[in-house]
Amino acid sequence: MSIAEIARDIVVPAEPAVEDVAEPVVRLRGFVRRFGQTEVLRGLDLDIAPGEFVALLGRSGSGKTTLLRTLAGLDDARAQDVKVPTSRAVVFQDARLLPWKRVWRNVALGLKGPQVRERAQAALVEVGLGHRLEAWPLTLSGGEAQRAALARALVREPSLLLLDEPFAALDALTRHRMHDLVLALWRSHKPAVMMVTHDVDEAIALADRIVVLDSGRILAEERIAAPRGERAGLSAALRERLLSLLGGESAADVVPFTKAARP
Amino acid sequence: MSERTRRNGFAWGARWLSPIAFLLVWEAGSRTGIIPARTLAAPSTVLSTGLEMLWSGELPSNLLVSFWRIALGLGFGVTVGILLALAAGLSRKGEIALDPLMQIKRTIPTLALTPLFIVWFGIGETPKVALIAFACTFPVYLNLYSGIRSVDVRLLDAARSFGLSRAEQVWHVILPAALPSLLVGLRYALTISILVLVVAEQINASAGLGYLVNNARDFMRTDVIVVCLLVYAALGLAADWLVRAIEDRALAWRPNLVEQAA
Repeated sequence: MSIAEIARDIVVPAEPAVEDVAEPVVRLRGFVRRFGQTEVLRGLDLDIAPGEFVALLGRSGSGKTTLLRTLAGLDDARAQDVKVPTSRAVVFQDARLLPWKRVWRNVALGLKGPQVRERAQAALVEVGLGHRLEAWPLTLSGGEAQRAALARALVREPSLLLLDEPFAALDALTRHRMHDLVLALWRSHKPAVMMVTHDVDEAIALADRIVVLDSGRILAEERIAAPRGERAGLSAALRERLLSLLGGESAADVVPFTKAARP
Repeated sequence: MSERTRRNGFAWGARWLSPIAFLLVWEAGSRTGIIPARTLAAPSTVLSTGLEMLWSGELPSNLLVSFWRIALGLGFGVTVGILLALAAGLSRKGEIALDPLMQIKRTIPTLALTPLFIVWFGIGETPKVALIAFACTFPVYLNLYSGIRSVDVRLLDAARSFGLSRAEQVWHVILPAALPSLLVGLRYALTISILVLVVAEQINASAGLGYLVNNARDFMRTDVIVVCLLVYAALGLAADWLVRAIEDRALAWRPNLVEQAA
């Protein structure tokens, strides 16, 4: 079976796609992923509500990249209870722009319908790259490339936006600007976001809910009700707790899932 | 002008000294009779013979015949090489069916097939074009095939995540990524085609550069032979220039070219 055939089969419409606010965009039940003998994901349950910003924290090898690839439709999820929207887009850690296509053509990649160039241009203007439409990707700085990758994801108006450690390779200042940009884009476009990261502070600053993954299982979930910008106070305690979880001495000390109201 | 560029300019000029000295010694040797004309014609004789052949139309008409053989041979060979590489590179079945055959073919020196091609195709134009085509297929196949197979999987993943179909992945990702390899193969093919042309034209040719050389050999016209050698060299240079021109256009996105333009 070819790669493309597998890719087609992954999006399993487990339930009819009814536009219901309560209906989660992502729903995994008892999800298992094995590579040979190793179970990378073990009986995972995960819901993501429309418009929710979820940060997925985990150490290397915790299975977070595998989970993201599953949600992105890049990994085999057949015959499992998986619901993922067809309209989804990924921003990878390395921007993965095609070097042989000018920036706007990268953004327009695979777009169908009229006014492709206008839509790509609008998306690039939105991320502040209106002046680099005709540039070659290899001439962009790291931050610019990542913004172009964001534009490429958002131009598809996804109902699920997947971010795979998108700011890990950027310097601190650029990363901070990118945080603001991502929040602004999230507020105006309202996709559900799942951001994979290993940076606790980044997760606290951006997310509605933080999911800690360890050895293929969800170790803890934290919902953050405080508005963004007023999180400096609560971060200290939360940060300690999340860091100790990531330390992962024992899988037994599971923090109960606190059901707080969403902001 | 800085110190450095002046020194480089001097070095560049100095590089011409030894070839010019070589020509002068050769000319002197011919004039004094140390080098007999039947061994090697003097540079000045070669030049005048070359111009004569140019004006009389003897050189252009024969060059055109040779050029046509290369064009046809390359056209067939490169096309077949590309098609085979696409089939083997883009599908497992194609790889299993084609690659072993191509690897076997690689072990046979193309020129060793000349007698067989004469038996099959006679001594007309066909064996000449077929030899060139046959020789050109492999470098194109090998380079394009490995180019397709070494496409960055991360870029393919990205394309798949945006819902591109297999055909769109091939068109937007795989083929552009393999283009630099194809051009390397094309450069090899051009060089090889000229090499094979030289041998193929020894087969009972009645026109073409090889025919000129054979005739000149029979009449011990070393001046004509040297003129033809120079034309072969010029063909090689032109082929190289052609591929460079294609690369500059098709690979404008590459970092080194991008930097030069900036």
